[in-house]
Amino acid sequence: MLPLLVLGPLLLAALAAALPGGRWRRRLLVAGALLHLPGVAALWLRPPPPTAGGWLGVDAAGLLALSTTSALFLACAVYAQGYLAAHPERDDRIFVSGLLAVLSALTAAALSRHLGLLWVVVELTTLGTAPLLYFRHDGRSLEAAWKYLMVGSLGIALALLGTFFLALSASGPGGPRSLLLPDLVAAGPSLSRPWLRGAFVLLLAGYGTKMGLAPFHAWKPDAYGEAPGVLGALLAGGVTSVAFLAVVRAVQICQAAGEGAFARAPLLGLGLLSMGVAAIFMAGQRDLKRLLAYSSVEHMGLLAVGVGLGGAAVSGAFLHVVNNGLTKGVLFLAAGNVHRAFGSKHVDVVRGAARRLPVSGPLLLAGFLAATGSPPFAPFQSEFAIVAGAIHDGHGAVAAAVLALLAVIFVAMGATVLRAVQGDPGEGAPRPEFGDRLLTAGPPVALLLAVLLLGLWVPRALAALATAAAATVGG
Amino acid sequence: MTSAIDLVLVLVVVLDLVVLASSRLRGAIRTVALQGALLSLLPVLLATGGQAPLHVLLLALGALVVKGVAIPGLMLWAMREAAIRREAEPIVGFVPSLLLGAAGTVVAFSLSGALVLPAPGRQALLVPAALVTAWAGLLLVMTRRKAVAQVLGFLVLENGIFVFGLLIADVMPVMVEAGVLLDLFAAVFVMGIVMFHINREFSSLDTGRLTHLQD
Amino acid sequence: MIFAALRVLGLLAAAPLVGGVVTRVKSRLAGRTGPPLLQPYLDLRRLLSKGAVLGHPTTWVFRAGPIVSLAAAAAATLLVPLGGGPALVAFPGDFLLLAGLLGLGRFATALAALDTGSSFEGMGAAREIAFGAFAEPALLLGLVVLARAAGSASLSGVLGPGLAASWPIAGPALLLATLALFAVALAEGSRLPVDDPETHLELTMIHEVMVLDHSGPDLAFVGAAAHLRLAILGALVSRLALGAAPPGLLPSPVALGAGLLAFAVAVGVVESTTARLRLTRVPQFLVAASVLSVLALVLLLR
Repeated sequence: MLPLLVLGPLLLAALAAALPGGRWRRRLLVAGALLHLPGVAALWLRPPPPTAGGWLGVDAAGLLALSTTSALFLACAVYAQGYLAAHPERDDRIFVSGLLAVLSALTAAALSRHLGLLWVVVELTTLGTAPLLYFRHDGRSLEAAWKYLMVGSLGIALALLGTFFLALSASGPGGPRSLLLPDLVAAGPSLSRPWLRGAFVLLLAGYGTKMGLAPFHAWKPDAYGEAPGVLGALLAGGVTSVAFLAVVRAVQICQAAGEGAFARAPLLGLGLLSMGVAAIFMAGQRDLKRLLAYSSVEHMGLLAVGVGLGGAAVSGAFLHVVNNGLTKGVLFLAAGNVHRAFGSKHVDVVRGAARRLPVSGPLLLAGFLAATGSPPFAPFQSEFAIVAGAIHDGHGAVAAAVLALLAVIFVAMGATVLRAVQGDPGEGAPRPEFGDRLLTAGPPVALLLAVLLLGLWVPRALAALATAAAATVGG
Repeated sequence: MTSAIDLVLVLVVVLDLVVLASSRLRGAIRTVALQGALLSLLPVLLATGGQAPLHVLLLALGALVVKGVAIPGLMLWAMREAAIRREAEPIVGFVPSLLLGAAGTVVAFSLSGALVLPAPGRQALLVPAALVTAWAGLLLVMTRRKAVAQVLGFLVLENGIFVFGLLIADVMPVMVEAGVLLDLFAAVFVMGIVMFHINREFSSLDTGRLTHLQD
Repeated sequence: MIFAALRVLGLLAAAPLVGGVVTRVKSRLAGRTGPPLLQPYLDLRRLLSKGAVLGHPTTWVFRAGPIVSLAAAAAATLLVPLGGGPALVAFPGDFLLLAGLLGLGRFATALAALDTGSSFEGMGAAREIAFGAFAEPALLLGLVVLARAAGSASLSGVLGPGLAASWPIAGPALLLATLALFAVALAEGSRLPVDDPETHLELTMIHEVMVLDHSGPDLAFVGAAAHLRLAILGALVSRLALGAAPPGLLPSPVALGAGLLAFAVAVGVVESTTARLRLTRVPQFLVAASVLSVLALVLLLR
């Protein structure tokens, strides 16, 4: 079952690469998503035991990230039908097979119970997304791809170093001599402390780079800014969630070894820093997609704060993985529609999106409200849980700082988004051929409905899963 | 054996400093190639008999081919192909980067006192040498403007990680091989550089010119 | 004691020969016959038989420069253990005095150059002092490494018979220190790649431009002092490098001679195969030497 979830998309990716072309190739995306989602749903109903020598297995945190990715991928797959149809001039071979390969890698990362395997698949997501960034084949996308690869590779290298440190901490006398997560957690206190601490710092820096935590976020605005909407949604909702999962794994091991406090302090610091940096760069941001990138930095910061606080805030952070992932899908897909319709993603050009795009324009607005934590959308629930948890555990100062930053971000992001959505589109080069279509406007609407639903009613299973995931990192 | 390992590791550290100080890209690439070749001796020198000899030999040979020949060769080819000028053009001067490297050496050696190797009987110089090499690589990536020099820094960082990998070779041999995936990155970078050139979007490979995207 | 004194006399006598050998090696590697081996002696004799010409603005400082410089170099020879035997004068911390005497010689020469009031010589003095400031840490750190490796604060203890025992223990550190000190020797001896002893273009000179105004016996003193400095550092570096051999393998005068010969050949080879560094790169070369010393020290302190 579990290997099938990983290998299925990979086979489809190979098939997509082998197909001579035509419309059938891009339909493989939908096929992959439709096969993947029920598989993930089955994991909710009946979690299978670990397979493949214990390397693959399901746990609460992994399942949360996997479900988010899977749902997001379905929306992106449908959206991509419309997107690729609108760009018949671009060869979609690399795009389709790359997306499917990334889905496979993301699934493997979410299911991985072995830190070595985790590292390998996270590296593969980096390598797999780089050519997709270069999809437009112009100078700007090349620059974005280069920066993404360069910074990403450094992060990946540090993460490998951290993994080696972890292996060293486990290879002492009495150590588990293995990188399987359950073994490491069970061995807990017998791990060598200095090596474990070093490992955590390196893993945090490495996977934190993939997450896009400040100060390792330099690649994010460039990559998200130049990425096609589909890829932006997958990067901001899927890849970052999986990277967060990798950081959580490191915290989990530290927690088991009695080093939980050591692990949480830098997470909290990086989280607050990320939110602060995001607030600064969102103020006056005139590029819609870069704005969304900084919003992603902010939400990664929020996740880090949630886990860094420990205690009651942690389950809120895990809930936020789902909420943030889906909301980012709404935002990036809607922004992609706006970008295409106006031929620009700059608010100097983009005006009156609500009039020109009766669906995508308001969608962008609703997505902004959701992302900034306005009720009744789902992120409000999880952000509220994080802040309430912080206050409950006596971290009043952190809660105040988070609230203040959220307020600043609301204003900063609102200024740009409102400028794009409201007003008169004017005469400037209308591109009617890129209006709202069912295939491109439908998926973000569906995602938004899901975000709304989760905001009004959190299913008990989901809440239970978040609590279970939180319990592994001291929540 | 001990003195041979020590000698190799000290030479590796000296080569780190040489790369930090070298102003000519070709010379720096050759230095890194030499470092890679030296590192490929380590699996053989460190072999304890706990591993299959064939595995050790393959690891050494693989490291020699990839780190000593293939990637540096690819980079030299890219230098020719893309007609890259030979100066390294650092952001931070050579003397400061050398001093930073020296400071890193001191810190690495004092840190390695705290990082006691869990498996006794190993070479104590391995940890600091690996730390210094990783640090030198990071420094190069951060303080060099040229794409080729940055890739070179990545290679040095990788060499440092490789040494760490050797420490766990007999516990988790698979992980060492996983490190080869990093070389994939290096290869991709080199191809990217050549692509830059073909693309003619950037007339020089100065990453300082990559400034279209910024706030 | 007697032997030590004889060795010092031997070094004093053989110092110009080191320069002669270097020149010969360079000539041979370039495919030329080159000047006779004893040419430096002939030069010194020729200069000594001449009278000195003094510029108008010069004072006693100008006359004192060469004398102090030669005296400092000669005094330094007393401190260096030659060929494995003990030095004539030895006390804890004498390596600091050695560095000080070398510095004093440099200081006197630079002062004399400044005393001429000529801009060229001022420029040379500025460069000499600037580069000297970079060479000093490398020299001192290198000597500290040796002291630490041998557990003795006296050069005679460091480079004495105990050296053979410390090589197997601290081999890498000693190797690095040897390299660093060799680089310092090249700088102190005004050799390539730091300075070109044969250049005739004032703008690129360092040491030679400082002594342009000296003539006759003064110039002979300057030359003799330069020969001595190179020979002293040569004796030090070669003793260090050849110290791995078991003690008593060679009698000390033979060891000294062989070491100096090897050193001179090494310098000749380096000079034939490298180009002079750009002036801005010279500090980098010397900083690299210091860094090597630091690395050696770190290896020892670990």
